[in-house]
Amino acid sequence: MILDILLTRYNYVVVALLLPVGAYMMIENRNLVKKVIGMNVFQTGIFLFFITAAYREGASPPLVGDGGAGVTYVSPLPHVLILTAIVVGVSLTAVALALIVRIYAQYGTLDERRLREAYADE
Amino acid sequence: MSSLLPLLVAVPIAGALLTLVVGYAADRLGWPLAFASSLLHVALTGYLVVRAYATPDPLRYTVGGFRPPFGIELVVDGFNAAVVGLVAVVAVGVLVYARRAGPHSVAFYTGYLLLVAGLSGMSITGDMFNLYVFLEITGLAAYALVATGDDGRSAVGALKYLLVGTVGASLFLAGIGYAFVATGTLNMADLATKLGEVGYGSTLVRTSFALVVVGLGVKTALYPLHTWQPDAYASAPDSVSGLISALVSTVSAYALARVIYSVYTVEFLSSVAYAREFVLVLAGVSIVAGSLLAVMQTDIKRMLAYSSVSQFGLVVAAFAIANEAAVTGGVVHLVGHAVMKGGLFLAAGAIAMRTGARTVGEFDGLGSRTPLLGAAFAVLSLSMVGVPPAVGFVGKWYIALGAIQSQLWPIAAVILLSTLLTLAYFLRLVERMYFRSGTGAAAGADSPTGTGTATVADGGDDEDPTLGRDDTPTLGRDDDDAFAADDERFGRPSVGMVAVVVVAALLAVVLGPLVSAFEPLLEPTLETLL
Repeated sequence: MILDILLTRYNYVVVALLLPVGAYMMIENRNLVKKVIGMNVFQTGIFLFFITAAYREGASPPLVGDGGAGVTYVSPLPHVLILTAIVVGVSLTAVALALIVRIYAQYGTLDERRLREAYADE
Repeated sequence: MSSLLPLLVAVPIAGALLTLVVGYAADRLGWPLAFASSLLHVALTGYLVVRAYATPDPLRYTVGGFRPPFGIELVVDGFNAAVVGLVAVVAVGVLVYARRAGPHSVAFYTGYLLLVAGLSGMSITGDMFNLYVFLEITGLAAYALVATGDDGRSAVGALKYLLVGTVGASLFLAGIGYAFVATGTLNMADLATKLGEVGYGSTLVRTSFALVVVGLGVKTALYPLHTWQPDAYASAPDSVSGLISALVSTVSAYALARVIYSVYTVEFLSSVAYAREFVLVLAGVSIVAGSLLAVMQTDIKRMLAYSSVSQFGLVVAAFAIANEAAVTGGVVHLVGHAVMKGGLFLAAGAIAMRTGARTVGEFDGLGSRTPLLGAAFAVLSLSMVGVPPAVGFVGKWYIALGAIQSQLWPIAAVILLSTLLTLAYFLRLVERMYFRSGTGAAAGADSPTGTGTATVADGGDDEDPTLGRDDTPTLGRDDDDAFAADDERFGRPSVGMVAVVVVAALLAVVLGPLVSAFEPLLEPTLETLL
């Protein structure tokens, strides 16, 4: 039963792994850059969920030729949505990295604990 | 006239681009351009809000000619017209304030206009995925705005906001994904019918509800999900704190209500076990925990930030109770809280600029050092506590009434308890301002109960007579010394800054009695939503 799920639904298993791994990285890592990487992993999990949900066995791309009767097409909508979400994710990463550059210039560290010490000194 | 709807989003975005391009060439043009875009936005919003309340049917616009449920539609009904109007008016007020208070960078003006665009988009969209996109535009602009502060702290606060906010938005996106898998549609009205057809018992539908509520709960800053909010508000420049505290969480709370009513519907709330209880418990815990945390703060801006956690608990509780009185109260408190909290942040900023007071202890004797700003702060505080006839009272009254009508006694008790706690953290400030002598040179030798204190001790009624006096102090010799001492050490808020704060205080009082006129306008919309 479990083996069956692992063999046929392995994409969802990966989704279920990526989300907690990303969340754990964001919480547990002391390095700010690694937190941002964790955020990216978390988002990727959700992207994969959308893409997997759109998969249809034996379906063709939604390019309708002549009539197109009797053929199963893949819905292009989830792919388009995720394309948008990826763009949003890239912008977020860019802003996050810009903030990290500023933090490093100010405090000379990217370590969360040392940052807190620098706070206490101010 | 509904073809003007997309301009609510397009005008600020075009303004942002123009400000960015022109502003880098000529630094001085940044503010005037942003102000012009904002004024145009207000005019447009005003026209559309009047139209929305004049016609019984909602205004609709189909984006790009793709008919819904396939394309995106923009909708303005009686519910979100209030939110759209609020966004436009508060934004202009903050920009006037920012003229002197800063930040003066082109980055700020651009980010400000993008934030307005994102918030307007979130308010008017009728499509779930579009809501996610505008949520992220709002988020990105807000992260950048928080980071416009000078010190490193604002960058750290902004990064924390970004990480937590992104997780929230991602959970919201996952919730949309579950709903999409269940129904194959993203249009809100279409989702409402199709989710019903799939059945509210479906695991997919229930999971999507939970994910969407938690995701928007992060953005609204409800209690266990609020961790980004105090750091972001406290480390941001004063104008930015005012802007995002008044608008970002407000529009997220509106989005939560819109999703509950227009996508999952009230029927879902009442038919699925623990759906309503889930939201009510989240809100109730938020009300109590937010107030308790606010009482413990010594920094004014952090205290105001935790107070927001509590007040949004109240608003979300109102939306979960979902009867007519409670939802009316929710909308009133949503708008009222934005005016009051935005005003309080701006007042706190202006007071800090005038006297350097940023902690609770430093508010001692403030009533005589800066009478007008002090009075405005006191009026806004008392309105937040819920002293009639101010808008804070009316909102809480309706919400409590709704809770009692639905016989949800625990929530009614929590609302009353929260009023006491709100009294605890705001009254100590008012008490310090008017009944304690100030510290240091600024308070003068022996003038704690001088004429200045007596003039303003009775709150907001004396605002107009003292209007000119903040600029030309004539309150008495001792106070003159105090002003001179403050002048040496600190800057002076501009007339515009003081005016914005005073207008917010007046609005907080005047909006209360106006609610009875607003109620019939809201009624037809509520009938279709509930």
